[in-house]
Amino acid sequence: MLSAVGNGFVTVLRRMGSRTVTIIGWLGYATRFAVAVVQKSPAAFSRLSLTLREIYFSGVLSLVIILVSGLFVGMVLALQGYDVLQRYGAAESLGVLVALSLVRELGPVVSGLLFASRAGSAITAEIGLMKATEQLSAMEMMAVDPLARVVAPRFWGGIISMPLLAALFSTLGIFGAYLVGVKLIGIDAGAFWSNMQAGVDFRYDIVNGIIKSVVFGIAVSMLAVFEGYDAKPTAEGVSTATTRTVVESSLAILGLDFVLTVFMFRGVG
Amino acid sequence: MNLNRSTLDLWVGVFVALGIGAILFLALKVGNLIDFASAPGYRLQARFDNIGGLKSRAPVKAAGVVVGRVESIKLDSATYQAVVTLRIEPGYQFTKDTIASILTSGLLGDVYIGLDPGGDPQMLADGGTVSKTQSGIVLEKLIGQFLFDKAAQGGAPK
Repeated sequence: MLSAVGNGFVTVLRRMGSRTVTIIGWLGYATRFAVAVVQKSPAAFSRLSLTLREIYFSGVLSLVIILVSGLFVGMVLALQGYDVLQRYGAAESLGVLVALSLVRELGPVVSGLLFASRAGSAITAEIGLMKATEQLSAMEMMAVDPLARVVAPRFWGGIISMPLLAALFSTLGIFGAYLVGVKLIGIDAGAFWSNMQAGVDFRYDIVNGIIKSVVFGIAVSMLAVFEGYDAKPTAEGVSTATTRTVVESSLAILGLDFVLTVFMFRGVG
Repeated sequence: MNLNRSTLDLWVGVFVALGIGAILFLALKVGNLIDFASAPGYRLQARFDNIGGLKSRAPVKAAGVVVGRVESIKLDSATYQAVVTLRIEPGYQFTKDTIASILTSGLLGDVYIGLDPGGDPQMLADGGTVSKTQSGIVLEKLIGQFLFDKAAQGGAPK
């Protein structure tokens, strides 16, 4: 009786230990992969056409969803913000409310989430399928480094696209808020813009927002290429890896956003 | 991939140009690094002892209708008065005895300038000065005044 409990306890301990060792080993592998990708990055710029192609796939093809989402997020933000602000007779502050929420938070975060599901998943699926069909092994046999030829251009394409997409998202959002607030509801256009310009600081708000989007771009692109490279070379493995990319990227964006916000905007009312 | 190189380059170029344009828009129009200005209309000046929370580009209203904007606010270092330049839209005329007052829409709302025309037959022209002004209300001063009055009342012998 007692020995059965003891055996069960030992089994649980063993499992925990084995899981811990696996996770730490995975972390080490992921770090080694990240360092290798950064080392091979010059290849992404010495053959610029490869990176341009990736900017086309992850940036240009994400434009439509980013622009439409930005417009609608801005319009909804204006409607909801106006509903609350007009109770306090401060409807003119709508401009600064919308601009600050978009530039500081929603622009980088929502476009990051969209980017992860639109472009990150595609990158993982592509690299995973290349691995499953042994294209990566074939490249290695022909003395072509797949990290330099396949992974690095996708990584840099994502990093370059992400801040541009976030800036476009914020711009379209502000335009949407202008349409709803000024054209539809009838807030004074001058008050809308002047409040915004008085309340938004270039260095403090806009530059911090761009820094956020660059960090999210690095995180999403790195996770996407890693999951693709690490995928089991089967159909199921590729689909699992694609799902993991979206889930992990979204969690990474939200977690990093909290940490960055604590550092950037601490103690601001 | 059936996109040839030049089409791809074009699209990436359009994307990057749009993105940089968006960053510029955020910096210039939203963050206000540069002033986009110069609309038609004529200018009036008004001197106030205290402008309260008035900002440049605040609306100028007459009878609640927006008739212009605050163009600039400066301090006259000789009289220590605020010199506010108003740009009035063309087509609106105001009498020489117009009173300009600094008002607030709602308790927390935007600060604006209200113009109350009088009965003078002569009209203000471009570059004219609104001579009768009423300063903005500074809430702290008002509360201070109120407390001071209360204290004076309470301290007075009955």
